[in-house]
Amino acid sequence: MGACKVTDQDFEKEVLQSPIPVLVDFWAAWCGPCRAIAPVIDELAEEYAGKVKVCKLNVDENPVTPGKYGIRAIPTMIIFKDGQVVETIVGAVSKATLSNALNKVIS
Amino acid sequence: MSDSTFDLIIVGAGPAGLTAYLYARRSLLNVLLLDKGPIGGQVLYTDLIENYPGFPEGISGFELIELMKKQVEKLGLQFREGEVVGLEVEEGYKVLTLSSGERLRAKAVILALGAKPKKLGVPGERELTGKGVSYCAICDGPFFKGEKIAVVGGGNTALQEALFLTKFASKIYLIHRRDAFRATPILQERVKASSQIELKLNREVIKILGRDRVEGLLLRNKHTGEDEELSVAGVFIFIGYEPETAWLRGKLALNEQGFIITSKEMETTLPGVFACGDCVSKKFRQIINACGEGAVAALNAEEYLKEFPHV
Repeated sequence: MGACKVTDQDFEKEVLQSPIPVLVDFWAAWCGPCRAIAPVIDELAEEYAGKVKVCKLNVDENPVTPGKYGIRAIPTMIIFKDGQVVETIVGAVSKATLSNALNKVIS
Repeated sequence: MSDSTFDLIIVGAGPAGLTAYLYARRSLLNVLLLDKGPIGGQVLYTDLIENYPGFPEGISGFELIELMKKQVEKLGLQFREGEVVGLEVEEGYKVLTLSSGERLRAKAVILALGAKPKKLGVPGERELTGKGVSYCAICDGPFFKGEKIAVVGGGNTALQEALFLTKFASKIYLIHRRDAFRATPILQERVKASSQIELKLNREVIKILGRDRVEGLLLRNKHTGEDEELSVAGVFIFIGYEPETAWLRGKLALNEQGFIITSKEMETTLPGVFACGDCVSKKFRQIINACGEGAVAALNAEEYLKEFPHV
């Protein structure tokens, strides 16, 4: 199944209004580290199914949302809860770093 | 013997580690490849590699790693994520401790730890990382379309990335603390020919300005001592690399900067522990010699294993 795709158009509905926390991976095809961690993002989507929604937003196709959140580097992973930013992680970090952040949000 | 005892553990999954893995698997060893992040290492941060033979049009770092990964996957890839924080020798076995507390045993170890970009160590750098301070042009360059930015450094990486960034930024200040670049002449020529790049030589960055995002730099002229403010939306830092070897101090010989000292057979001063790639003390750090050293390390590890446990 893997991570779902979100866009500028459905960001409000899919992320900000989500009843459960959402991790959004801001990525692009030209970013090597983004592609290298893509499998980890998909694994997290499976492992946290029902507890955290894991989404990917392509910054090339959707420039509005990254601008709104002041993103100047990718990969950037932002965790949203009740429409608010609760955690921002920049860079191709380890899976453990992301799991720890997600566990904190759902605990 | 527990399940987590291997013939060989390779720490680090960049080009050096992947090549070592390739050679070790072809020798049918039971090998584990470890990395604290995704497979690839620093090469993932490179847009175009033009000096790795066999790719006349150049190849992106990500694609080169994908090819290397495919090649080892064919031989059966045993990879796991884990950060190594300790190394002990127990009855000839090398015991690696992970940050999770788990211990892994191997008869031999290859350290292919790589290196990470050096930081300037100035106010504003840490606070504004990801908000205009960057160490990766390919990842972050496109966020600076039509803007003024700075690149800091005087080596090959700095000049190459400054040239790459001309695709996006309207103007690039190339800041170097000396009056001449170390970079290879072909890159220096290309930089001088670019109308978008302005050289700021003999200048040091002393502060990165801005609250929520980078707004400028404070530079000091090393000759006159005068300070100047430069208005930029981003700063890309390429001032060299440093190894992450603090956990090896006292276990095997390191040089002053923390790089691992090896023989030309890639042996460290600890028998059965080999090192290769950017973490090794040497003059040139290229993908091609990282791979070459990876092969040499694996072949020597194989010889070492034939004699194991060396009582």
